[in-house]
Amino acid sequence: MIFAGLAEKLQETFRRLKSKGRLTEADVDEAMKEVRRALLAADVNFQVVKSFVARVKERAVGQDVLSSLTPAQQVIKIVREELAGLMGGTQSKLNMAPKPPTVVMMVGLHGAGKTTTAAKLANLMRKQGRRPLLVACDVYRPAAIKQLQVLGEQLDIPVFSMGDRHTPVDIARAAVEHATRQGRDLVIIDTAGRLEINEEMMAELEELKAALRPHEILLVVDAMTGQVAVNIAETFNKRLGLDGVVLTKLDGDTRGGAALSIKAVTGCPIKFVGVGEKLDALEPFHPDRMADRILGMGDVLTLIEKA
Amino acid sequence: MGFFNRLKESLSKTRQGLVEKIENLITGRQVIDESLYEELEEALIGADVGVETSLELMETLRRRVKEQKLRDPARLKPLLQELITDELGTGDSSLNRGGPPTVILVVGVNGVGKTTTIGKLAYYYKTRGERVLLGAADTFRAAAIDQLEIWGRRVGVDVIKHREGSDPAAVAYDALQAARARKMDMLIIDTAGRLHTKSNLMEELKKIRRVLGRELSGAPHEVLLVLDATTGQNAISQARLFSEATGVTGIVLTKLDGTARGGVIIGIRRMLNIPVKFIGIGEGVEDLQPFNPQEFAAALFD
Ligand SMILES: Nc1nc2c(ncn2[C@@H]2O[C@H](COP(=O)(O)OP(=O)(O)OP(=O)(O)O)[C@@H](O)[C@H]2O)c(=O)[nH]1
Ligand SMILES: Nc1nc2c(ncn2[C@@H]2O[C@H](COP(=O)(O)OP(=O)(O)OP(=O)(O)O)[C@@H](O)[C@H]2O)c(=O)[nH]1
Ligand SMILES: [Mg+2]
Ligand SMILES: [Mg+2]
Repeated sequence: MIFAGLAEKLQETFRRLKSKGRLTEADVDEAMKEVRRALLAADVNFQVVKSFVARVKERAVGQDVLSSLTPAQQVIKIVREELAGLMGGTQSKLNMAPKPPTVVMMVGLHGAGKTTTAAKLANLMRKQGRRPLLVACDVYRPAAIKQLQVLGEQLDIPVFSMGDRHTPVDIARAAVEHATRQGRDLVIIDTAGRLEINEEMMAELEELKAALRPHEILLVVDAMTGQVAVNIAETFNKRLGLDGVVLTKLDGDTRGGAALSIKAVTGCPIKFVGVGEKLDALEPFHPDRMADRILGMGDVLTLIEKA
Repeated sequence: MGFFNRLKESLSKTRQGLVEKIENLITGRQVIDESLYEELEEALIGADVGVETSLELMETLRRRVKEQKLRDPARLKPLLQELITDELGTGDSSLNRGGPPTVILVVGVNGVGKTTTIGKLAYYYKTRGERVLLGAADTFRAAAIDQLEIWGRRVGVDVIKHREGSDPAAVAYDALQAARARKMDMLIIDTAGRLHTKSNLMEELKKIRRVLGRELSGAPHEVLLVLDATTGQNAISQARLFSEATGVTGIVLTKLDGTARGGVIIGIRRMLNIPVKFIGIGEGVEDLQPFNPQEFAAALFD
């Protein structure tokens, strides 16, 4: 691992500093450098890191951290609290339509996990008593429709498609009608991957939104995304007004700093996380667990408890 | 449009990210001071270059400035360009050849662009007169085989496949037999996306490797790791673990047509010394280009 746990690093820093006698504000600065590095190594956006570190420093200096016997633990505690706070409370609920069907639209960059997440979400919502319909509106990617159909078959959940010769707007409109007729109360629309800077493709999503008035637009983001996660989310949010974010591929070793950055910048809640390729691998989001992950410290909890 | 201009155009967003930021930082400054260094460091980090690598680059920059007794902030840009170009190395991007057929195994985490890259690679070599065959060894993901077949039809090359859910090593074996029987120049094998931390799935790749090597000595001649340029520091972990498991010989960096900075390849080069061989700059058949570090750095800076 490039970064060997923030906890140890901080301990070490403070131990070194302590040998000088009293801790000063400059010493806290030194510690904050470690915090900054930990966050950056976790892909938290550098601008977010900057303001975050400033805030933590303010708190750390204001409190009795400097004179405490366990300054490292105190600092970590503050960092952790602030991180979790920044990512918001748990909010893994979809906006539901007062009059069904509820329409959910999945959007995002290429390969982020939209199609898979659409199927996972349908599966999850069915467990909660909904009757979902999956809709194949990706008319561009080779075999995108087939992919959704195969997933639908695996789940035994119906998939609405009209091939790739119709516009996504026409397909989606027909799908909502179909859902109403069939008594399906949840319509989940898969869309093609696109760059947030592709004008034409972004305009297509705006048209889809105007035609469908979806109750929920979910941005699907690969948790391994780097510094650009913020720009991407901001652009999607500005153009579409996002209702939530799904963070995928968290089953690997990514720290997932993208999550924190997106929440901090767009204010958009992270609603679910994808933790595997299987269709039941979708979970509600836990800000506190994510905070620990970003800091790269499984051992931190025990440290804090001792503090 | 010439090759260089096309490259520059597709990298325009990367330019905006890193180089223009550096230029903005420098213009209007009178002196080279600590705050300028700090902001330059942030620009590098913001381009996904990574903390470690950025810090080291800045240290070298500071040292050079001292050695050369530089005063003018404007001198920092060419200096930084030089450092980054050095970092990227001078490697030749051509693929390792062997066989015939040259066997290329394509690996990477989920959704980075493996299958699409294979379509583009097949087009690239086919238009250069080579006989190319594809092997559909992603038997796991829904409709992965269909996706590769569509690419095969698009490009006009055959695809060897089994049913969904079958043993990927068996597909690789059959594809190699077919490639030899049909006297192909090149066989490119698609594999399922997998996270580098899943050891059972990495074992599966090792098995494919073994089967290929047993049938044709030296195969696979090239193991291409596909990395998504939007990926942050996790790309380094991907490169490390895929290398350990499969002996990666080259990298394809995809989705450089986005706002991605792709700066992470500097760190990968530094830590693992794996050359980038191709870059992906779109979803079309022609959106693949051989990687030339000098040109890449120049396109970044000019
Ligand atoms: N390990 C893991 N893989 C995932 C997860 N979510 C999606 N994937 C995989 O990521 C890859 C891309 O997923 P898709 O659902 O096809 O992504 P997409 O956003 O629809 O892609 P495009 O339609 O091409 O833009 C597939 O191999 C999925 O199996 C996850 O949470 N964990
Ligand atoms: N903009 C852009 N999109 C790309 C590029 N390369 C691939 N894509 C898109 O990225 C998405 C995923 O590509 P795939 O080729 O299916 O990726 P994969 O690695 O085979 O995915 P899995 O097999 O599911 O792991 C698709 O929507 C592609 O069209 C590129 O260079 N630029
Ligand atoms: Mg899709
Ligand atoms: Mg694939």
